[in-house]
Amino acid sequence: MIEALDILANTSLWAAVLRIATPLIFGVLGALLCERAGVLNLGIEGIMTMGAMTGWLTVYLGGDLWTGLLVAAMSGAVIGLLHAILTVPLGLSQHVSGLGITLFASSLAYYLYRLLVEVGDLPPTIEPFRPLDVPILSDIPILGPILFAQTLPTYLALLSVAVMAYVLARTPLGLAIRMTGENPHAVEAQGLSPILIRIGAVVAGSALMAIGGAFLTMAAFNSFFPEMVQGRGWICIALVVFASWRPGKALLGALLFAFFDAYQLRLQTVVEGVPYQLFLMAPYVLSIVALILVARRAEVPEALMAPYRRGER
Amino acid sequence: MRLERRPQVPPYLVIVAPLAAVAVSLTLAAGLIAAAGVNPLTAYAEMVRGAMGSRLSLTEMLTRATPLILTGLAAAVAFRARLWNIGGEGQFLMGALVTAWVGHSLDLPPVPGIAVLLVLGMASGAILLAGPAYLRLRFGVDEVVTTLLLNFIVILFVGLMVEGPLRDPLAFGWPSSVPVDGDFRLPDLIARTRLHVGFLIALVAAGIVWLVLSRTVFGAETRAVGLNAAAAKFAGISLPVNLMAVALFSGALAGLAGSIEVLGVTANVTTTISPGFGYAGIVVAMLAALHPAGVVVAAVFVATVFVGADAMSRATGVPSFIADVIVALCLLSMLVALLFTTYRVRR
Amino acid sequence: MTAVLELDGITKRFGALTANDSVSLTLGQGEILALLGENGAGKTTLMNILFGHYAADAGSVRVFGQELPSGKPRAAIEAGVGMVHQHFTLAGNLTVLDNIMLGSESLLRATSSRASARRKLMQIAERFGLPVSPDEKVSRLSVGERQRVEILKALYRDARILILDEPTAVLARPEAQRLFETLKEMTKEGLSLIFISHKLHEVMAASDRVAVLRGGRMVAERVTAETTPEELAELMVGRRVERPVRQDHRIGAPVLVANRMRVDVGSETKLQDVSFTIGAGEILGIVGVSGNGQASLGALVSGLTRLSAGTLTLDGQDVGLMGPRGMIRAGVGRVPEDRHSEGVVGELAVWENAVLERLRSPEFSKRGFVRRAACKAHAAGLIDRFDIRGATPDTRTRLLSGGNMQKLILGRCLSIGPRFVLATQPTRGLDEGAIAAVHSELLAARAAGAAILLISEELEEAVALSDRIQAMVKGRLSDPISASEADAQRLGLMMTGVWKEGSDAA
Repeated sequence: MIEALDILANTSLWAAVLRIATPLIFGVLGALLCERAGVLNLGIEGIMTMGAMTGWLTVYLGGDLWTGLLVAAMSGAVIGLLHAILTVPLGLSQHVSGLGITLFASSLAYYLYRLLVEVGDLPPTIEPFRPLDVPILSDIPILGPILFAQTLPTYLALLSVAVMAYVLARTPLGLAIRMTGENPHAVEAQGLSPILIRIGAVVAGSALMAIGGAFLTMAAFNSFFPEMVQGRGWICIALVVFASWRPGKALLGALLFAFFDAYQLRLQTVVEGVPYQLFLMAPYVLSIVALILVARRAEVPEALMAPYRRGER
Repeated sequence: MRLERRPQVPPYLVIVAPLAAVAVSLTLAAGLIAAAGVNPLTAYAEMVRGAMGSRLSLTEMLTRATPLILTGLAAAVAFRARLWNIGGEGQFLMGALVTAWVGHSLDLPPVPGIAVLLVLGMASGAILLAGPAYLRLRFGVDEVVTTLLLNFIVILFVGLMVEGPLRDPLAFGWPSSVPVDGDFRLPDLIARTRLHVGFLIALVAAGIVWLVLSRTVFGAETRAVGLNAAAAKFAGISLPVNLMAVALFSGALAGLAGSIEVLGVTANVTTTISPGFGYAGIVVAMLAALHPAGVVVAAVFVATVFVGADAMSRATGVPSFIADVIVALCLLSMLVALLFTTYRVRR
Repeated sequence: MTAVLELDGITKRFGALTANDSVSLTLGQGEILALLGENGAGKTTLMNILFGHYAADAGSVRVFGQELPSGKPRAAIEAGVGMVHQHFTLAGNLTVLDNIMLGSESLLRATSSRASARRKLMQIAERFGLPVSPDEKVSRLSVGERQRVEILKALYRDARILILDEPTAVLARPEAQRLFETLKEMTKEGLSLIFISHKLHEVMAASDRVAVLRGGRMVAERVTAETTPEELAELMVGRRVERPVRQDHRIGAPVLVANRMRVDVGSETKLQDVSFTIGAGEILGIVGVSGNGQASLGALVSGLTRLSAGTLTLDGQDVGLMGPRGMIRAGVGRVPEDRHSEGVVGELAVWENAVLERLRSPEFSKRGFVRRAACKAHAAGLIDRFDIRGATPDTRTRLLSGGNMQKLILGRCLSIGPRFVLATQPTRGLDEGAIAAVHSELLAARAAGAAILLISEELEEAVALSDRIQAMVKGRLSDPISASEADAQRLGLMMTGVWKEGSDAA
């Protein structure tokens, strides 16, 4: 029992929280952007897989790490565009299309990986993002190693939260996105195109998701392998609800979730006699519990999942 | 350009739509096969040969189609009522696990024993889906996310069981459960092949689902709820009761798939028993436009792609993941094709 | 007078339907033009083309002499056209200022100038006498206030031509009068206005000129001062359709009795202290301005919501907590407010909708299986008896016209000879012919001894059909008056909450 508490005092746990949270932050921001505009994007799991593969592959084939992130974002955007075309101008079921996108993007990622990469006994690796060691700051006791020794994409994720919050709350574009998720007819009546705004939001949101996936292969690990996203996308979808569609709360949700994940990983090593699968289940169970707690109170964007067709009400 | 609703759906489109979707998907996938340096026509020919070229491959394919028919039916039943059951994978595993678990030590004659095991498999799948359905009714929690997350929980649970209480001490290597009693194995349909009686059970299930959906009060109410829940409620249909009934029905079908896979093919459970039967069932249901008869045809098609792709991969070196790509493309293009059966493009 | 707006030869088809057939129209500077027509005459379609929501198949729109590109709302807004939609295009979760600012700034700007927007809004509000609170969430506003926001939205974008689609549909008469006064003021500020209406009295009262649309064609234009309501009515409807007349007869014993009913939804009280009695062979009309609790009353009596307090009895049996199925079993016929969303399942066949309420009765099913032949025969009987045109039992229900769909719903609930009938907005959106048919069916049910609760926003209809009338205001009911005492003046007062001298419902 003492050991279980000891873990909490260990800075490596808290550093891990930020690291584990990073892909979730990107993913949840992406999903939030899509949903704020009124589109549920269940393609997230596949888009993260695709981003993980393309980002990694770019570096494996000789690109630098930032080019890799950019390529990942672009691949996510392309897949997102497909989801957007199916669900926005064509108005198809966002549920089914999203699942189709996930199946398509992940299988395509695996296929291309097998096609383009020679896989031996062990999956090939790349040189991933290294944790920064911000001079002086990282030497601050406790806080230093937690806050100032992360990889650059983690800081990018935190920055994205601020940017997303600002854009949604303070800019004309953000207002148009929020309005599209609430009442697309109002957007049309003011001479803007809800169709274009939705497509744009889904494309941009999907790019963020893909960066989240790329973090897995380019910072958290250094190789790509099938099933590596492991439901993180679905967890992001749950976190958006938990966050009541607000970027700040989304960050909080991702950190909370990452904390439990990091904690259970370390707990496994000190608690004897409990099957490790029970620990691994915890994040998924936790997501469901979080959904139950907030579902009734959540302020859902009114037009979420309602396809918009001009002239149809 | 805009979409305009057709007054009537021309009957021929119901047949043309899935064929067009498959054609488009195969054409797109041909590009990926060509990228692997293989002539797509050769590859597709290998696929057909691999799935249907011999008595053995044909029965292998039908064996593979059996669980797909049932998970496809599970998805079709749920989707018709707008219950987004994406948890077919979890329900399949649960049905398989419970069947293996009980089937190891059940003390009954073969026929009643098999019946009991199938019913238990169905019950486990049904109960697993009843949870998310309850959460949706009681708390308004979207069932897509809960059923998806349950898939991960269930596979970990299966892992826990086969590495723990159910571990077969005689098995080497990868952990697997103890096998079911030999008495309860489903008899072969064709001697010296793996095709078993479960295939017939799946066909009968498709018939029963068709009958229930199109001829019973429950089916009529379900259709009304799926098409316009507010009007159905106004007409006195209880939405919670109907949703729960649909959830039990759908979950039972997916659970039955798992049960039959254990009794007919594997005899035991491992964490790798399902190569995505639950997810593929969604594709099968969509390709069939949610029609039970169509599900059988679509399941055979998807099984052909999967079994054929393995053979093709061995012969040509194209990664067998191409099968998943083709199936996913089919789902997406079928969605578009379905749109054009109800809408047409107007300038 | 210079023309600020010219529509020339506008034609628009939806499939086989021609919604606008070569319609031409001009609007003069500073003029108030009423566009008059029945439901389905093509008024809204015409205005949607003018505003760019739809692209016309033929014809042109000129604003201040410049031709507008078709199908581009943005171009219409920039040319100075503003539209106030009948269904408000507002987002309830956002603030008034958010709703008004949307689209007024370039999407590429890095930040919104909310302070200057607020100043501009307050100036406009002041100038036109339309007070608002910019930071209030729209969902917290009353319907009248929402309409004000809609108008301000157009003015904020510097509209010089304003189109209002059925602007009084949601307003009580005094509010409507105030609105028209405001509109008159606006013309003095240089605006030109078109308002769409199917109500003769307000057309006569508020417009300078009237254009009459019928069946998608422009049939007449009149200077308001030179025409009469009678002439306009004839122009609007074309053929005169005689609506059936209620015959006096003896009212029987009380059938439906409501005693001090209250309905709470969440923390909101939707109905309070609602009491009424309906006798056999009696029609009780509930009038009121939309959104005052009529929908809640309809939902309660059809079984969709449950009573929080009070009682509702049918022939002495308590039915306040029964639910829809219980109501149907108890012999209640129900016509819902919205036939498309609640009345029928459009994608099902006519026969399925005909029996949907009573699928579980032995007449239509046996051991859980549907008796299809019996169901189809029943549907065929309804089609025949209620004159449902263009339908066979196997027709998809959404293909029926509004009137025929309503006849199907009426047939479904009247064929069982109900003790009690709830009719909520039974003629909304129907043309004259269908209205007459619905009225005669309701009167026939009355003659057969059914008690009928008629909830209607059409005063004329309520007065014509009802034996007694009660007004609904803010979830409360006035005392009943008999139909013979009901004149427009008195009903108008009742609908604002003034039941009798010196009393006030609010």
